[in-house]
Amino acid sequence: MVELQWYLYLSAAVFTIGVFGFLTRRNIIFMFISIELMLNGVNISLVSFSHYLQDPRGQILAFFVITVAAAEAAIGLAIIISVFRNKETVYVDEMTETKG
Amino acid sequence: MLPELFFYYNATVITVLSALVVTRSNPVHSIMLMLVMFFHIAALYLFLNAEFLAAIQIIVYAGAILVLFLFVVLLLNLKKELVTQIFIVRWPLGLVAMAGLLVLMFAGIKSFTLGPTGDFTIEKIAGETHTAAIGTVLFTEYIVPFEVASLVLLIAIIGAIVLAKKQIKT
Repeated sequence: MVELQWYLYLSAAVFTIGVFGFLTRRNIIFMFISIELMLNGVNISLVSFSHYLQDPRGQILAFFVITVAAAEAAIGLAIIISVFRNKETVYVDEMTETKG
Repeated sequence: MLPELFFYYNATVITVLSALVVTRSNPVHSIMLMLVMFFHIAALYLFLNAEFLAAIQIIVYAGAILVLFLFVVLLLNLKKELVTQIFIVRWPLGLVAMAGLLVLMFAGIKSFTLGPTGDFTIEKIAGETHTAAIGTVLFTEYIVPFEVASLVLLIAIIGAIVLAKKQIKT
């Protein structure tokens, strides 16, 4: 029997690697890939909680996370395409119109 | 012994591949490595008696989201990515933030104890199959969030079309 803690360590590791990628990559497509990594890390911990607590609600929540990830990928990639069409760049440090 | 070995193999592969995914310079390589990672995560879900989620993981993530990413990468023609700086100038700051978050999470996980368990046991899943057991909860207790999720997907479809279509000059 694998301890629940090991699943949580794995989930934390995947999540923090996603955080690193999101904070440091210049390419906006890689930032989106990092967001997908973070969502997957959370899903691992939700499903392992569901198994060890013997409660289906964790898996329901993971199901909704996957739904939102699909919607987010569709919208985000559409935004990337329209930005690339207008600016000819995918690098976030070159998108400085809003002075953010 | 065998279950531990299976888990350690999957955990190692998932961690190494996710580290590779965020550090590759070629987006196509990164997406292909991510595909392998999603299959290993699906194997972990099977290991945790979540067959429905393993299938959803492969169908939605590997089949839909990664193909969408691949389409966009091929559409944008990112030859410049192979020769340019892939990280921002202050990337060690991101490493520090990551290490701090990791230490904080590991310290929290160490003192974690399990609460009271529910009635979703392995015998119950085996009795009525996993998809039926999940579906019963999803369509009774969580019917309102389920309908909201369908609305979110509808908005995503319309929004993607509106954002990505060519502007018509008037």
